[in-house]
Amino acid sequence: MEYLPNILFAIALIAGIGYFAKNVKKLIRNIKLGKAVDVSDHKKQRWQNMIRIALGQSKMVRRPVAGILHVIVYIGFVIINIEVLEIIIDGLFGTHRVFSSLGSFYGFLIGSFEILALLVFVAVIVFWIRRNVIKLQRFWKAEMTSWPKNDGNFILYFEMVLMALFLIMNATDIPFQNMESGNVISQFIAPWFNGASESTLHIIERLAWWLHILGILVFLNYLYFSKHLHILLAFPNTYYGKVKPKGQLNNLESVTNEVKMMMDPNADPFAAPAENDTEDVPEKFGASDVTDLSWVQLLNAYTCTECGRCTSECPANQTGKKLSPRKIMMDTRDRLEEVGKNIDANNGEFKDDGKQLLGDYISNEELWACTTCNACVEACPVSIDPLSIIVEMRRYLVMEQSAAPMELNNMMTNIENNGAPWPYNQMDRLNWKDE
Amino acid sequence: MSQSLKVPTMAEYMAEGKQPEILFWVGSAGSYDDRAKKITRAFVKLLNKANVDFAVLGTEESCTGDVAKRAGNEFLFQMQAVTNIEILNAYDVKNIVTACPHSYNTLKNEYPELGGNYNVKHHTEYIEELISSGRLKIENNSNLKGKRITFHDPCYLGRANEVYEAPRSLLKSLGVDLVEMKRNRRTALCCGAGGAQMFKEPEKGDQDINVLRTEDALKTNPNVIATGCPYCNTMMTDGVKAKEREAEVEVFDIAELIAQAENL
Repeated sequence: MEYLPNILFAIALIAGIGYFAKNVKKLIRNIKLGKAVDVSDHKKQRWQNMIRIALGQSKMVRRPVAGILHVIVYIGFVIINIEVLEIIIDGLFGTHRVFSSLGSFYGFLIGSFEILALLVFVAVIVFWIRRNVIKLQRFWKAEMTSWPKNDGNFILYFEMVLMALFLIMNATDIPFQNMESGNVISQFIAPWFNGASESTLHIIERLAWWLHILGILVFLNYLYFSKHLHILLAFPNTYYGKVKPKGQLNNLESVTNEVKMMMDPNADPFAAPAENDTEDVPEKFGASDVTDLSWVQLLNAYTCTECGRCTSECPANQTGKKLSPRKIMMDTRDRLEEVGKNIDANNGEFKDDGKQLLGDYISNEELWACTTCNACVEACPVSIDPLSIIVEMRRYLVMEQSAAPMELNNMMTNIENNGAPWPYNQMDRLNWKDE
Repeated sequence: MSQSLKVPTMAEYMAEGKQPEILFWVGSAGSYDDRAKKITRAFVKLLNKANVDFAVLGTEESCTGDVAKRAGNEFLFQMQAVTNIEILNAYDVKNIVTACPHSYNTLKNEYPELGGNYNVKHHTEYIEELISSGRLKIENNSNLKGKRITFHDPCYLGRANEVYEAPRSLLKSLGVDLVEMKRNRRTALCCGAGGAQMFKEPEKGDQDINVLRTEDALKTNPNVIATGCPYCNTMMTDGVKAKEREAEVEVFDIAELIAQAENL
């Protein structure tokens, strides 16, 4: 019986990490449903982007209030999690504050954790107020239905509780308080428990300790189901994010091959494909479902934390159009999850469910409202590119379905006929010179 | 009728066995749109004044395909691109200057993968070069001096290619009072014409984008709204009309402002 807590702890730890690992595998499987894309270029710039944008939060602070609060929570979580290492060792081996032998350095460490915990607690309350009291517009847009709203709040509650438990755990730890070192914040909480006996204090301390570590394990497993996944995926996403000028849309290789054939006077359109010709004709041009997108675009969707900076900068959205770049990302993730679950339910094979991203999630009206201005791409603090998905879906609409708005069809016919989007004669191109 | 311009074509240069310093890519808007043609002419006046050896493709030029690509028609885009590249490469073109950020972006970023590699500049970048090399001099006593001018960043020049300062430094060199909109440079709001929107009605909403952007500009109380894109020019001009302020606020391209300052 003596080792019961150690055994229980080990079981909780293995279960918590095991279930998370299982979901990470699923996550990677789902992302790999996307099409291959070459990301082996610009290695140095990619690392720099990751260090600057994800690690250094450079784009977060462009909006200073949210940015600085976010930096506090970010630094707080990264640093306070060093404490988790001690908790795990203590839990597995039955020790108590195993690192306290470090003496004054330990006091310094815990002291900084306590200050950060308080700062995080306050920052998270301000975040909650911004969402629920001030009701910042971007948290209340149409795509912020009940789950996205709740998800945002659940994360904040989790963080508040975890920080509170950490401070209570320290405040009720008599030997720690007696050390008189590192209890910078908890010494002011300790008096709240003045009436309690030593054994009650011990029970509260143990309870806070257990709830703290179990809370962390639950939170870890919550990630996969939540927008909070960004705390992990921001790093690969900023690495794999676009390194070319924002204005450059990707070149469709499959189309290039077709165009070359058409332009080559020696090409024989009826020629049988060469025997070793492994180049398959693509199933379709553009994207109508998530599996037509690249895996980086799918990673983008899982990375999105629904902050809405993209949507609040979008000219179409600001003028009341249906398009919201955030919704494009949320829809992509929702559909990808649906496809993933379908695969799980059908022994690893996707069974046609009669649905797709285009139409069932994203409407033509949204896609045609985009001005391709790149405001959303510029605004995203973690290098997500909603525009690339919009363009890929327009390609499907135009090249597979000929479903462009009529005025655009006229424009394209003009280009085909006379090399300009307007119906003017190509021979008149230089008339401006003499007008 | 205005003065005649010296506008040689690539074919004429070729016939003489010469190569111009730059090819001026006029673009479809610059060739056909009545408002944009004035920008084209203004820029050519500057080129003439600076004695730049330039040429245009004239009737051999065709739409870059930018608008087709953004509308999703990659086939049409690549057909246009490949055709244009064939001509450009046949003339052995190295340097291209254009007054249209959409052509600029497409020629600079999207043609290389299809075999067209050129040194492409926006006209504001090129004019800045002409001034700094002393080929073009700006008299600092123009009628524009002291006027309040705000600059609207075209998306395909600014965010898309991070050219923010060339147009601004030109405006400053005119001695004008450059006033910034609240949203400027990388946070500048689109005029509403990009991504093929120029050629269609907007989707249902509660405001037009160009009107919203014009409101941004009008808040700076400008005499002139300057821009560097023929589409932005049209959208902002329409926006000023929609706000019934055309009597006191004018919309000009930077090339036009410089030509005005030079009394060209």
